Amino acid sequence: MRFRLTDDQRALRDGVRLVLARRFGAEALRAAVGRPGLDRGLWRELGAAGFFSLRLPEAAGGVGLGLPEAVLVFEEAGRVLLPGPLVATHLAAGVVPGAATGDVVVTAVGGGGLVEWLDEADAVVGDAAGAVVVRSVDPLTPLHRVPAAGSSARPDDLLVLLTAAEQLGTAVRACEAAVQHARTREQFGRPVGAFQAVKHLCAELLARVEVARAAVYAAAVTADPVDIAAARLLADEAAVRGARDCLQVHGGMGFTWEADVHLCLKRAWVRAERGGSLAESEELLAGELLVETG
Amino acid sequence: MDLTHSPAEEEFRARLREWLAKVLPALPPKPPPDDWPGRRAYDLGWQRMLYDAGYADVHWDASPAVRLVFLEETERAGAPYVGANFVGLLHAGPTIAAEGTAEQRARWLPPVLRGEEVWCQGFSEPDAGSDLASLRTRARRDGDEYVVTGSKIWTSHAEVADWCELLVRTDPSAPKHRGISWLAMPMDAPGVTVRPLRTLAGSTEFAEVFLDEVRVPVANRVGQENDGWRVTMVTLSFERGTAFVGEVVACRRVLGELARKARSGGRWDDPGLRRRLGRLNAEFRALWRLTQWNVSEAESSGGVPGVGGSVFKLRYSRARQELYDAAAEVLGAEALDLDRPWVLDRLGSLSYTIAAGTSEIQRNIVAERILGLPKG
Repeated sequence: MRFRLTDDQRALRDGVRLVLARRFGAEALRAAVGRPGLDRGLWRELGAAGFFSLRLPEAAGGVGLGLPEAVLVFEEAGRVLLPGPLVATHLAAGVVPGAATGDVVVTAVGGGGLVEWLDEADAVVGDAAGAVVVRSVDPLTPLHRVPAAGSSARPDDLLVLLTAAEQLGTAVRACEAAVQHARTREQFGRPVGAFQAVKHLCAELLARVEVARAAVYAAAVTADPVDIAAARLLADEAAVRGARDCLQVHGGMGFTWEADVHLCLKRAWVRAERGGSLAESEELLAGELLVETG
Repeated sequence: MDLTHSPAEEEFRARLREWLAKVLPALPPKPPPDDWPGRRAYDLGWQRMLYDAGYADVHWDASPAVRLVFLEETERAGAPYVGANFVGLLHAGPTIAAEGTAEQRARWLPPVLRGEEVWCQGFSEPDAGSDLASLRTRARRDGDEYVVTGSKIWTSHAEVADWCELLVRTDPSAPKHRGISWLAMPMDAPGVTVRPLRTLAGSTEFAEVFLDEVRVPVANRVGQENDGWRVTMVTLSFERGTAFVGEVVACRRVLGELARKARSGGRWDDPGLRRRLGRLNAEFRALWRLTQWNVSEAESSGGVPGVGGSVFKLRYSRARQELYDAAAEVLGAEALDLDRPWVLDRLGSLSYTIAAGTSEIQRNIVAERILGLPKG
């Protein structure tokens, strides 16, 4: 059993991290908030880098990698809060022509009957007829709601897993931002991170990240629906509660538009909805307890 | 990333499973929680069986992955847990193996493995629990011996222990983290008095230990004089890093039993309860995956478990309490009957966020040593 990153996986993660830092750093994120709209140039660059074709076989022009690698890549995307229907387009690669290369933007009807980036998308998976605009809480995720849509339909497992990977990345970012702030922000003559109340918020942030990471990576290896449901619950919790705790560590500054913290929280909320109802994931996990004997 | 075991590990699993199926049915029932002499004999007997079958040193010499297989299989088969051998097998033994001299290893390790000697842990004191480095038990050097005076508390299995891994202050003038030494003290030495403490669960699994001019040979010191804090950190990393691993498997089994009990008792119709159990399933699955991750990392770095064990301990101790609170919900009024299953476990779970370093201490460790936040 070697449940840790291989050298190749480490190199892939580091490579993606470098590309995203260069192409979508903190300033680009700010710029995107000020000027919403999908960056088609960036989308094609992601396509050229194999972001969408990662799991397509090499014979089909893909990179030929697996779900664990995809999870690592989506974790990095979540870490920089990369906007756009990334998961839907990735899952459409090999199905919708042009998706694999990033020439075509694909969105999907997700949990709660919500559709992300509908106006910018070239193709929609699912029936988005009659979709109405929603004033989206997340400035970087335009939303439509499909009135009578199959909001009760259980989302695709891979969509749930890759979304969980994005949540994990955002949880990592929230943890890093909280720690960075706690180390540098001084009150009462010392860094706030020296106060136990703040220290303990940070420790819980990391604990949630580590537990979610183990669950998400394991689900990527097994692709088991119950593992995926567990990964989803823990990654949602790590991202949503992580962003809230990060906001708390930032104090008054955290409540302003200028701090990036709110972007983490709002994106985490949007993604949590994408995975379908929490109750459904919990019921799946509960049901499994009866099935498994001894 | 790979979650499958190697052929050698699977072979080990198959052999162990076969052996367990053969020996477990003949095992006598476990003595009640308060019969510590009985428990001692039972736990040592089990250790002896493991020794004779060649499994005794699985906690020390086997690769971490093989150890995981061992814990999975013994728990799945309902085999006894380490019990009174906890300190010897999981704390003192690994510490002596890592830090002791050849003579010390030869003296103390084989009796632990053969199930002949029981150890207890003399770390905490009435005024030095979470602030362990404030300990005051003194050891004055007198020729080839230390003369030890002071007291220890929360000493599990002290009543039936042969040896105590004892932390003493050997240089009172040094800063508090220095000047500490790690000694192996015989519990039958003159001047040692054990006073059992009753836990809120009603049992006397731990005790106060009073030390009045107890003479301990200098040769019983593990590590250098005044270097005991570092040796202690090795012990604690074993405690937090690996000592709870087997229990996660046990909790997953309990959770399944709980769900079946809820169904047979009609409680399964309650969606709130189902969702709560579902969430606990997610948590324990993730804790098991985290264990596998930590074990794989330890295998690649090949050493003592790191401070990452604090993350595990923090989450596990809370999850265990939530598990038994859920059990109480399933049991209803039965949860007030000490003779029902899980009720004693529920009481016992209250110690998990305190023992082996409180959750507050674990958060400080995570924040300061992993995240690099300044000391308060």
